[in-house]
Amino acid sequence: MVEKDVREHKLTASILLVPPSVWLIIFFTLPLVIVWLYSFGERGPMGQTFLSFSFANYLRAIQWIHLGILWKSIWIAAAATAICFLMGFPLALGLAFAPMHLRNLLLLLVILPFWTNLLIRTYAWIAVLRTRGFLNFGLEWIHRKLDALFTFVGFPDLMGTFQPLSLLYSNSAVIIGLAYVALPFMILPIYATLEKLDRSYLEASLDLGAGQWRTLFSITIPLAFPGIFSGLLLSFILSLGTYVTPVLLGGTDSMMIGNLIAQEFGPARDWPFGSALSFILLYVTFLVLWLRAFVSSRSSGIGY
Amino acid sequence: MLLEKKSLPIKTSPSGEPGPAPERPRARNRFSKGRRISRKRSLTPLEYTKKRWFQATMWINLVFLYFPIITLIAFSFNNSRRNIVWRGFTLKYYVKAYNNATLFDAVINTLIVAGISTVISTILGAFLGLALSRFKWRGKSFYDSWIHLPIIIPEICMGVAMMAFFHTVNISLGLFTITVSHIAFTIPFVAIVIRARMAGFDFSLEEASRDLGASQFQTFMHVTLPYMVPGIIAGALLAMTLSLDDFVITFFTSGPGSTTLPVKIFSMIRFNVSPEVNAASTVLITVTLVLAASMMILQTKLKNK
Repeated sequence: MVEKDVREHKLTASILLVPPSVWLIIFFTLPLVIVWLYSFGERGPMGQTFLSFSFANYLRAIQWIHLGILWKSIWIAAAATAICFLMGFPLALGLAFAPMHLRNLLLLLVILPFWTNLLIRTYAWIAVLRTRGFLNFGLEWIHRKLDALFTFVGFPDLMGTFQPLSLLYSNSAVIIGLAYVALPFMILPIYATLEKLDRSYLEASLDLGAGQWRTLFSITIPLAFPGIFSGLLLSFILSLGTYVTPVLLGGTDSMMIGNLIAQEFGPARDWPFGSALSFILLYVTFLVLWLRAFVSSRSSGIGY
Repeated sequence: MLLEKKSLPIKTSPSGEPGPAPERPRARNRFSKGRRISRKRSLTPLEYTKKRWFQATMWINLVFLYFPIITLIAFSFNNSRRNIVWRGFTLKYYVKAYNNATLFDAVINTLIVAGISTVISTILGAFLGLALSRFKWRGKSFYDSWIHLPIIIPEICMGVAMMAFFHTVNISLGLFTITVSHIAFTIPFVAIVIRARMAGFDFSLEEASRDLGASQFQTFMHVTLPYMVPGIIAGALLAMTLSLDDFVITFFTSGPGSTTLPVKIFSMIRFNVSPEVNAASTVLITVTLVLAASMMILQTKLKNK
């Protein structure tokens, strides 16, 4: 399809382009510009915002107390990404080589939870993780059976009494919740590159005597790297910018950068500082996306 | 003869070599047994789906993805306030949720916002998608990344930005501000769907129509628009699903008295976890899944055409 030059069709092009552009300028770009300007501003004594030009808010963001929150956001997001990868990669690998009917069914099953509400998906974990939740219920059941077994063999009291795990309202719960939300974003890009991959390379490697593991590490993973990288980065930025998960599943020490931003715009009422944090998060997101675009442009052809 | 040809790779292909050892004698036996040869296939090394480790990870993934949601739905029918043990089937929490006036208002608000924002963002997104598929201009790639920004930036950043904006221009938060924000973040999604649809359109049809004497407007109404319709429907369904589901941006742009269903569910979760929340959540999940499923069916039908 040939794209026409806009200069030859000024009227049509402006009818089509002006309304959506104006909407996105006023109700998307302008708000971001305002927040960007606020990020150099100062907070008044009553919580008002005065425009000025200082980097004080950015400097405040790298103070120890806030740096700790940034660091925690990064490691929580990284841990969630790692779990996603460990679970998602084998699935994507099997999926890419599965017979067609099974492949479509499994893909649908992976995508389907993506369409249910983020908030509800996170809420669903409360019932699983809480002290009297499904996970502890299952563990207690296993504990009872093992205890019965050991008593039968002649070692009563070996297992001790069951101590329920207090997982909910902790960093582990946040990591599990984030991994849950990000899993499809890990599986889909990896699957997309593995599906397009030239299988004869893998067959050649196997024919020439390399084992399955060696083929995986020396052939499949390097060839699928753009997809893996894409999946890792997408899961990471999605987890990094979260707001809902730490609020619902996290404890008092699970505050991440998204929650700090919300707090500054909400109860703390320090908009300039919140704006600076918001732009730090945006810059990190842009950096990560730029890295992703850079890697996929370097590996032309099989990039996702 | 044909059978032998079909089964030939089993014998000669060295790709069976790293596979499990017991396969090889069986493959040889098949040669002597005539017809059964071609029906069974040996396990080739890349058929990961038949491996135990794959099946194990698949089940772990599926349990991880589905167990929480399925239990949430199941226990909305549970006849007990304590969620953990099954005490029999009941619909009383649905009745309770239905009779909860604030919850009902939230549903009405959600539908108003989703309805209006879907109509406007579908029109604007269709314009944008059409223009992107048809025209080129200097700086288009920059424009392209700009209109994709609402999709990629963290929701919390957009939420607080909208809130700061409405505060600065002195518009009080309410259904209007929610709708405006929803339109802003759904336009790019609609544009992507329309653009993908128009990628398969033969623009010479328009030229033919103009050559045959139709005006530009007539050409659009009778040639271009009919082709766009399935894309417009798919885009509208996507916009509606996103609007119904959105929590973070809505949370920051909603004021007192303009609670939507996700925001209401959020406050219910924070104050008390009850099966009523499960019932409301189940209703929202069902609505969005029906919308998403019809969109996916529509899109696969379009691909097959």
